[in-house]
Amino acid sequence: MTAASPAPVLEVSGLTRAFGGLVAVNAIDLAVQTGQIVGLLGPNGSGKTTALNLMSGVLRPDSGSIRFAGQAIEGLPAHRIARLGLARTFQLVRVLNGMSCAENVKAGLAFHRPPLSRGEIDESVDRLLRRVGLANRGGLPASGLTYIDCKRLELARALALKPRLLLLDEWLAGLNPSELLIGIELIRSLKDEGLSILLVEHVMDAIRSLCDRCVVMNSGRRIAEGRPDEVLADPAVIEAYLGVSTDA
Amino acid sequence: MTNAIFTGLMLGGMYALIAMGLTLQYGVARIMNLSYGEFLVAASFASYWLFTGWALNPLLGLAIVVPIGFGVSIILYRVLLTPLVRRAPTRDALEVDSLLATFGMMFIVQGIMLTMFGGAYFSYSFLSIPVTVFGETLALNRLIAFGLAVVFGLALYLALTRTRFGTAIRAVAVDPTAARLVAIDVTSVSAFAFALGGAMVAAAGVLVSMFLTFSASSGVIFTMKALMVVVMGGVGNLLGCLVAGLALGLSESLVATFVDPGLTLAVNFALFLGVLLVKPAGLFGRAQR
Amino acid sequence: MSPTQIAALAAGGAGLVVLALLPFYIDAYYLSLSISLLQFTVLATAWGLFSGPTRYVSLATTAFFGVGAYTVAVLGELLAWPLVLLIATAIGALMALIVGISTLRLSGLHFVIFTFGLAELVRQLVIWYEVNKTRVLGRYVFVDITQSDIYWQLLALAVAVFVIGWLIARSRLGFALRIIGEDETVAKHCGINVTLAKVTLFTISAVFITLVGAIMAPRWTYIEPSIAFNPTISFQVVIMALLGGAHRLWGPAVGSIPLTLLFEFLSTRFPATSTLIIGIVFLLIVYALPSGVVGLWERVSRRKPEPPVAPQVQA
Ligand SMILES: Nc1ncnc2c1ncn2[C@@H]1O[C@H](COP(=O)(O)OP(=O)(O)OP(=O)(O)O)[C@@H](O)[C@H]1O
Ligand SMILES: [Mg+2]
Repeated sequence: MTAASPAPVLEVSGLTRAFGGLVAVNAIDLAVQTGQIVGLLGPNGSGKTTALNLMSGVLRPDSGSIRFAGQAIEGLPAHRIARLGLARTFQLVRVLNGMSCAENVKAGLAFHRPPLSRGEIDESVDRLLRRVGLANRGGLPASGLTYIDCKRLELARALALKPRLLLLDEWLAGLNPSELLIGIELIRSLKDEGLSILLVEHVMDAIRSLCDRCVVMNSGRRIAEGRPDEVLADPAVIEAYLGVSTDA
Repeated sequence: MTNAIFTGLMLGGMYALIAMGLTLQYGVARIMNLSYGEFLVAASFASYWLFTGWALNPLLGLAIVVPIGFGVSIILYRVLLTPLVRRAPTRDALEVDSLLATFGMMFIVQGIMLTMFGGAYFSYSFLSIPVTVFGETLALNRLIAFGLAVVFGLALYLALTRTRFGTAIRAVAVDPTAARLVAIDVTSVSAFAFALGGAMVAAAGVLVSMFLTFSASSGVIFTMKALMVVVMGGVGNLLGCLVAGLALGLSESLVATFVDPGLTLAVNFALFLGVLLVKPAGLFGRAQR
Repeated sequence: MSPTQIAALAAGGAGLVVLALLPFYIDAYYLSLSISLLQFTVLATAWGLFSGPTRYVSLATTAFFGVGAYTVAVLGELLAWPLVLLIATAIGALMALIVGISTLRLSGLHFVIFTFGLAELVRQLVIWYEVNKTRVLGRYVFVDITQSDIYWQLLALAVAVFVIGWLIARSRLGFALRIIGEDETVAKHCGINVTLAKVTLFTISAVFITLVGAIMAPRWTYIEPSIAFNPTISFQVVIMALLGGAHRLWGPAVGSIPLTLLFEFLSTRFPATSTLIIGIVFLLIVYALPSGVVGLWERVSRRKPEPPVAPQVQA
């Protein structure tokens, strides 16, 4: 019994999913404590996105359990998981291009249980757009946004769900150095507000400065777990990155 | 019982035959061809016309109708479908566009046949000599059609698995983007696969006309059966075609014999839905989700 | 309400009154033509109600239309007319729920295939039932409904389909459907029960189509399954909605009027080649007007830099 540690908001154990013969996620164990940022690392194709897809309900696990806020969610449909307060962004940014920025955020607000009032929704749209740095852009069509602004908008939509846990899939990838600093600060401020975050990331600076703990995957398996500096110094991790892919 | 199974196998073989061309067209070229059955019936009419007008044996007729099927399909692909391929931003969008375009084509082909032949049913008598196989009596033409269907299916299977070009076709079916990376000309391969599908459907049309009655408007039912077989078997998979075709044929003849001939379609649909609910990508399809 | 809105409402009301009085002033031929126009307007609008936002191509129109018509053939003489319509509604809704729940989780393409065969399936089941249980195939429709009655009922139904469509578009369901149409994965991650939304809309759309079939049934004096389940209706409705543009509530109606007139003209003048011409018209629409007249109009009138025209309907 480790009564001292705070209750984990997310607890994954033995999570497994195969595509045909390829076991993309293989018996993964992982926990995110309330208020922590946990990094999920690994070379390209190691199964990180697949793991997130299993947690957010895009895919069904073959076996293993996922407990979110004390409730078993493995195999639940994605909309049920979202309503429980698990939000995510996507590695390939998904904004609703045919809608305005405000409507994109509203998409995350309109389907709360119990439903919000019209006034609350309008007020939250403004607040969230401001929060991610898109103040006064609500009326613009989302299709005209730059790459970083698309990422911001997607984050605002995720935050609109009032999540307890946020899954970020390489949200910082593709940003230039100054945008990266802004992005890191934004994520840190979310943590300061008490949000728990599972962060899939290749950007080492971000991992070092943001994560409380890290889990490293390779070929679907967990190969290391611990504090960022420990994990990044682990010979197995270094070999996984250097042996499989040199651009990480 | 054996009779029902035997009939079911023959029927299933026919379904597999008529679905093979579609699985190429849809699996490789991503053209969901709703006018497929119309082309099949057109080939049946061609065979009928050659047989009654020119006294040409349908088996020889194959040598004429099949190349024409290939040629017409390649022209169709180049003229009508390539613009859609160009304009479609994604593969999904192409599926929708091609669905609508071939839907229009279905009316055109059917309209041409209606204008030429009217709405009556046609058939001709070729080798309708009873023979006995495994204690069952059936017409020789059916048996020959079945045998040829097996030959065509095997030839296609070997061509796809044993030749370089066949490998290219399969590569496009699995992953067109990756295929492009290894210097496969995806557009040409798609056109060729579509035309090969057109040749297969022409062959199926000729073979089917030897023992079935058909009319200008019977295409829809062929399209429907072929679509079910293709989707149930797993798109682009010949083995899947065979298994799904046989399953459909068997279930149909068993139900017709032991329950009620009026419920065959209901069984088809139940099987279709059942398979898809358990395996959304079809029996031999690659899992997507 | 702004003055323009009041003016629009007044104009709409006046137009409706004129339409309602029409049967008193026109002869039987034009009344019958008006009935066809209304029929296809409701059918195409109801089709667009579901297929527009979800981008699922439904070829099931005939199945529901036929069920409505056949319900009248069976019950028309036995029960009061409103009760018959109510039962038709219930049957249509039940069938839509069954079909929707079993197919709308599948991909759009599988849905197309299923609906492609649905009319044939239902027709076969009806025949099977009639032959084995009731032992009648083909029924006479003796109900006390005039052509004018049919016209007025269809007019009321047209008003209803537009009002309900307008209400849906303004509701949370309408917003959910727009998101689903844009990106289903995002919709799910916003907490939208995608299957429920689709099934709900499919059912609403199907109920209208069933009711059109029921209301139209007295037009024939004799109904048998092959008359009630006439597959061309499905096809015609798709063409009309696409011509108009299914992404707007009033788009399909824009397409239904010219095409109904065209089909009427073709079937009287060139009965032999009408199928061929329908096919050519269809192809012209798919190639030249991928987002329908409404889409074209919007692009011309607004000249707003819209994203490249999305395919009309997505499987
Ligand atoms: N839907 C799918 N069907 C088949 N294979 C899949 C599917 N999704 C992922 N895979 C495979 O699973 C493996 C893990 O992929 P995943 O996207 O999870 O990796 P990743 O760690 O997110 O990589 P990256 O850093 O490049 O984003 C890959 O080999 C991939 O090809
Ligand atoms: Mg990834």
